[in-house]
Amino acid sequence: MFKTYSMQTQLLTPPDARQSSERQSLNYLDELESEAIYVLREVWAQFQNPVILFSGGKDSIVVTHLARKAFYPARIPFALMHVDTGHNFPETIQFRDNLIDSLGARLIVGSVQESIDQGRVAEEKGKNATRNALQITTLLDAIEENGVDCAIGGGRRDEEKARAKERFFSHRDDFGQWDPKNQRPELWNLFNGKHFEGEHFRVFPISNWTEMDVWNYILREGIDIPSLYFAHEREVVWRNQSWIPNSEFLVPDPKETIVTKKVRFRTLGDITITGGIESEADTLEKIVQEVAAMRQTERGNRADDKRSETAMEDRKKQGYF
Amino acid sequence: MALDNSQLLRFTTAGSVDDGKSTLIGRLLYDSKSIFEDQLEAVEHTSKQKGHEGVDLALFTDGLRDEREQGITIDVAYRYFTTPKRKFIIADTPGHIQYTRNMVTGASTANAAIILVDARHGVIEQTKRHAFIASLLHIPHVIVCVNKMDLVDFSEQVFQEIVEQFEGFASKMLIPDIRFIPISALKGDNVVNRSKNMEWYQGAPLLHTLETMHISSDINKVDARFPVQTVLRPQSEEFIDYRGYAGRVASGVFRIGDTVSVLPSGFTSRIKGIDGPDGPLQEAFAPQSVSLTLEDDIDISRGDMIVRANNQPEATQDLEVMLCWLNDKPARPRAKYTLMHTTNQQKAMIREVVYKIDIHTLSRNKEDAEIGMNDICKVKLRTTRPIMVDDYRENRTTGSLILVDDTTNETVAAAMVV
Repeated sequence: MFKTYSMQTQLLTPPDARQSSERQSLNYLDELESEAIYVLREVWAQFQNPVILFSGGKDSIVVTHLARKAFYPARIPFALMHVDTGHNFPETIQFRDNLIDSLGARLIVGSVQESIDQGRVAEEKGKNATRNALQITTLLDAIEENGVDCAIGGGRRDEEKARAKERFFSHRDDFGQWDPKNQRPELWNLFNGKHFEGEHFRVFPISNWTEMDVWNYILREGIDIPSLYFAHEREVVWRNQSWIPNSEFLVPDPKETIVTKKVRFRTLGDITITGGIESEADTLEKIVQEVAAMRQTERGNRADDKRSETAMEDRKKQGYF
Repeated sequence: MALDNSQLLRFTTAGSVDDGKSTLIGRLLYDSKSIFEDQLEAVEHTSKQKGHEGVDLALFTDGLRDEREQGITIDVAYRYFTTPKRKFIIADTPGHIQYTRNMVTGASTANAAIILVDARHGVIEQTKRHAFIASLLHIPHVIVCVNKMDLVDFSEQVFQEIVEQFEGFASKMLIPDIRFIPISALKGDNVVNRSKNMEWYQGAPLLHTLETMHISSDINKVDARFPVQTVLRPQSEEFIDYRGYAGRVASGVFRIGDTVSVLPSGFTSRIKGIDGPDGPLQEAFAPQSVSLTLEDDIDISRGDMIVRANNQPEATQDLEVMLCWLNDKPARPRAKYTLMHTTNQQKAMIREVVYKIDIHTLSRNKEDAEIGMNDICKVKLRTTRPIMVDDYRENRTTGSLILVDDTTNETVAAAMVV
């Protein structure tokens, strides 16, 4: 009966109804934003102690930006957790600290160096040694020590094939492990975050975004990102098909020469393994244009993914980001 | 690159083993230039290793290690591509009978379903199942792609026969919009580019269809529903009296000044303000995430639903639903489960199995009351407290729910209110 009434009012005012129905459709970025905000609010409602896993990379910066919007005018209710490998770009750490100040949020740092010093993990040997895999132990320790029941990440399904089947709400057992064959079905927008003591969840609010979407969103929102993403002069060596930055951790081969190039980074990881690309893109607009014309995936310059066909899948099962 | 006014379209793909589903998705990605060079190189390398001729497009959608080893898809995988007209999300779901649960999952959020039919085999049992699930999950648009037309000499007659077969059984289902396209995913006919081999086909190729089909009406714009996710109470001087009800509009439109009811309490108030991600708004519509403020101070918390006072959902403890069981462990008669519906949670019990669908014949079986993995049944549920529901066909958000087993915390069933 009430429905009939509301139908009638619509019929009585057709111009108004028509006008608004034209506006009542979201563009794809608005819809992705709305979905991510919904997911972040579900996290806040369903978990006791959620944190944002903050790497200093653009994806975790976008997630933090979305969290700020999701709870405005209240303050961002999540602490930021950073797994510090000790092999950082100095710019990343500076950026992190500034952001924490402006948010008034709490920062939790898990230190890979401490894990090494405590004998929890052993440093890899050789020229291509990285601390990438060591982060898993530090991350899981930090999650346990801080009683975290949900770690929000910036992972996207388009990044890598093992991520294509990841859920928004991804369950981890009490060893922090992911079981890709036993994932909870996820239907409509009903997210089941129920878990037992000691288990936790990884939640990925920007699962459905592509690299291009992230850049378009950063541009649209004017989000501040580390200077490393913009083209700049830097000392680098050519290794594994990309420009690896010179740093105190780099041990060049006799065959490798350090040169100065104008480069930028498409993703940010450890300074020891993140390769730059030659670029002239020194504004957000130019970056968006460059990414749109790009013919290589962004993780193509990450030595951590090049180790084997299933490198990401194997690390994820153990508890990687 | 997508434009500012580009919409997002989600579609799901269903096909039997060897219908060429992975090849079709590979073709869409490849011809729309969504494949990167390093991905292409990797696939060329693997194709050569396996002794395939040319590039095996199906390899683009290969996922986890077990799947690659067995050459099958075991779980829903999501793919993305963008054209100047739209952004697309593909829920790539396996078509084996034992994976009904994955098809239901992929279908739950889809605007459109692509159902693949092998031109040599015509409509088979699995095709009917795929159509049935599309209809059950109320996917607004169904596109039937008759694939492998190159293997039947691009015959118009073969295509027409399949169209008639499909329409014959689909007329009994509730599918609002069905289209048919003759394609060859392998050769590229009518996927992205119009086929030169089938001049008799007057319609648009698949991609153009996906780019232009009208989807703005897929969302219910009439019945205003706002499930409350959480309450925002800033602890700052500036917003000392702010009390915002955060949530995502499930359907309909809310405007400042609207008289609204809060369910289940039934208290009435008016909308004072609407805050969107970029600041104050005059109105909010689905699927926007906003927060609402009301004129009156009412006790509202997560799980409540704000609706327009003159258009309310049904508040009930007794529900009839179409239920799909998703778990290895069968349903326990009269056991209690946690029911999750919008942002609300209640305990619920399966009281009675009305009938079970025989997935082979799509007929109703009233004798069989056992509910196991991949079973689809009509059941009666009883909740401990009233929940606010709409008919699923009217409202996919307020008409859908899941059941969670408290002993394992696993999601064991998905259900649609009928």
